[in-house]
Amino acid sequence: MVENRPLTNIVTHGVLILGAAVFVLPIWIAFVASTHTGREVNRGLTLWPGDQFIANYTTALTEGVATAGAPPLALMLFNSTVMALAIAVGKITISLLSAFAIVYFRFPFRVLAFWTIFVTLMLPVEVRILPTFEVVAGLGLLNSYAGLSIPLIASATATFLFRQFFMTVPDELTEAARIDGAGPLRFFRDILVPLSRTNLAALFVILFIYGWNQYLWPLLVTTDESYYTIVMGIQRMLATSDQLPEWHLIMATAILAMIPPVLVIVLMQRLFVRGLVEVEK
Amino acid sequence: MTAITLRNVSKTYPGGVEAIKGVSLDIGDGEFLVLVGPSGCGKSTLLRMIAGLETITAGEISIGERVVNNLEPAERDIAMVFQNYALYPHMSVRQNLEYGLKNRRMARDEIARRVEKAAGILGIAELLARKPRQLSGGQRQRVAMGRAIVREPAAFLFDEPLSNLDAKLRVQMRAEIRHLQRSLGTTSVYVTHDQLEAMTLADRIVVLNGGVVEQVGTPMEVYERPASLFVASFIGSPAMNLVPLQQARERAAIAGLVNGSVPSGLSTDAVLGVRPEDMTVGENGAGADAVRFAFTVTAVEAVGAESYVHGNLQGGAGDIAVRMPGYHRLEPGTVLSAVTAPEKLHFFAGASGQRVDRAGAAQ
Repeated sequence: MVENRPLTNIVTHGVLILGAAVFVLPIWIAFVASTHTGREVNRGLTLWPGDQFIANYTTALTEGVATAGAPPLALMLFNSTVMALAIAVGKITISLLSAFAIVYFRFPFRVLAFWTIFVTLMLPVEVRILPTFEVVAGLGLLNSYAGLSIPLIASATATFLFRQFFMTVPDELTEAARIDGAGPLRFFRDILVPLSRTNLAALFVILFIYGWNQYLWPLLVTTDESYYTIVMGIQRMLATSDQLPEWHLIMATAILAMIPPVLVIVLMQRLFVRGLVEVEK
Repeated sequence: MTAITLRNVSKTYPGGVEAIKGVSLDIGDGEFLVLVGPSGCGKSTLLRMIAGLETITAGEISIGERVVNNLEPAERDIAMVFQNYALYPHMSVRQNLEYGLKNRRMARDEIARRVEKAAGILGIAELLARKPRQLSGGQRQRVAMGRAIVREPAAFLFDEPLSNLDAKLRVQMRAEIRHLQRSLGTTSVYVTHDQLEAMTLADRIVVLNGGVVEQVGTPMEVYERPASLFVASFIGSPAMNLVPLQQARERAAIAGLVNGSVPSGLSTDAVLGVRPEDMTVGENGAGADAVRFAFTVTAVEAVGAESYVHGNLQGGAGDIAVRMPGYHRLEPGTVLSAVTAPEKLHFFAGASGQRVDRAGAAQ
């Protein structure tokens, strides 16, 4: 914008501030609610933090929400971390390798293999959830970390992205590596993976959050509360029959559940943004 | 001793396209051989077959004493310099130079010694810590050559290494490559589409056209006695004038062609060739047996030290270009005459395009 008119400035800033407020307000209310006693929260909304911050968070982390029979938060946070990491690392590993195979090797049915993977893009977890549950149950993976993560690892998004990236790597690099005596795996390790570094970071962030935010699938495959993840745990806390939900603890849980994804984004922000906007070749 | 030998080498792509049709070459130890030709003539394919990046459909390639048809590129003891340099972008210059040696499990101190030596030769010692993207085109080119040198290979293969550089740098790097190859004495095969590069670098030139060798010879042999119409038109700048002989004679565009200066038994579609730099405008220094060309000026290109006069031969018998020293302004439409000595004329059979020599001409 070359224009510099005061009125336009005021309007644009107004719109931006309003937009930011709309996004921040619920989080702020959740935070405020998590710092009051349960009675105060049930009486109605307040906009300023109370004095129960330490007490509420300590209760949530160590004891959990007793009325709902949910485990302590620390365990659920741990479960969520394991699941999100397994999904992110598993997906990236598998898709790097399969993209490598599809782009750099000539084998029978190569194109068919690629399109088969591609078609799974159109089948999100929710669509195939019943058959997947049947398979996981049949394999005895209910109530296990494997059952939580493995079915979500199989998806094509990352494979497709890496394939597109590998196809932009100049052929001469491959040839130079061949002349330099690098076999396929060495080429993969020494050249291709380092070149994909920014893509890896961006995908890691996206997939970690994807895994962390899984709700429906953990709800289906876990009945043992020691495998509850935090996102589904919040829902469990609401399911009380004869009592008011303990909103102050639920909000503390929600705030805690947000922290790991935010941390991942903040820590990897620089690489993440680079991975989305530029490709270094 | 690393000679490279090609025996009836052919390459047919799966689609049935014949890129190389039975090429045989003997490249001597320490020789600088340049493969030159227009784009699509198969010169890069041939180089990549020597490198092992393309399979060989038929024939045999040997490097030194070994037949290398089925060897991996890394096992052929060659090093290649690519047109776009193909440096590993995430590695520093030093790592780029070391990579091939590390893969060979060479001792650390030997690697360091070779890298220092190559960096010294190429003047890139102070760049070793940088990444390729922090280098200029010329510096990248040097690193690419450094990567070849540290290998101390039996042969260097260059695939149009200078075509991404600007004109001035290209001339400078050309001289450096020549000097480097001389001092290292490593057998080299160099691919280019630039006939000037070919002329200045080569011990011998191979002119390729459509997957077939048109001529092999030293730069001067190729320039002075082009073996075919194709070579005549490809080597030399501006290109050799090629005039249909019969037409030019009928329309009196050429005078002074006596029987002794024309090979006997030429067919009616024969072509006469004469280089612009072998002709003189006017009668200066014309011998008794001079051959005269009458033409009408259409344009003059002045390039500083000399001017090229373009014109139509009398009676529309063909186009002609003549070099004149110095700067000249000539109005289009001026009628001029240019002379040349009969031994500067080249004759080619029209149908085959093959060179035809005068009886008794020096071979």
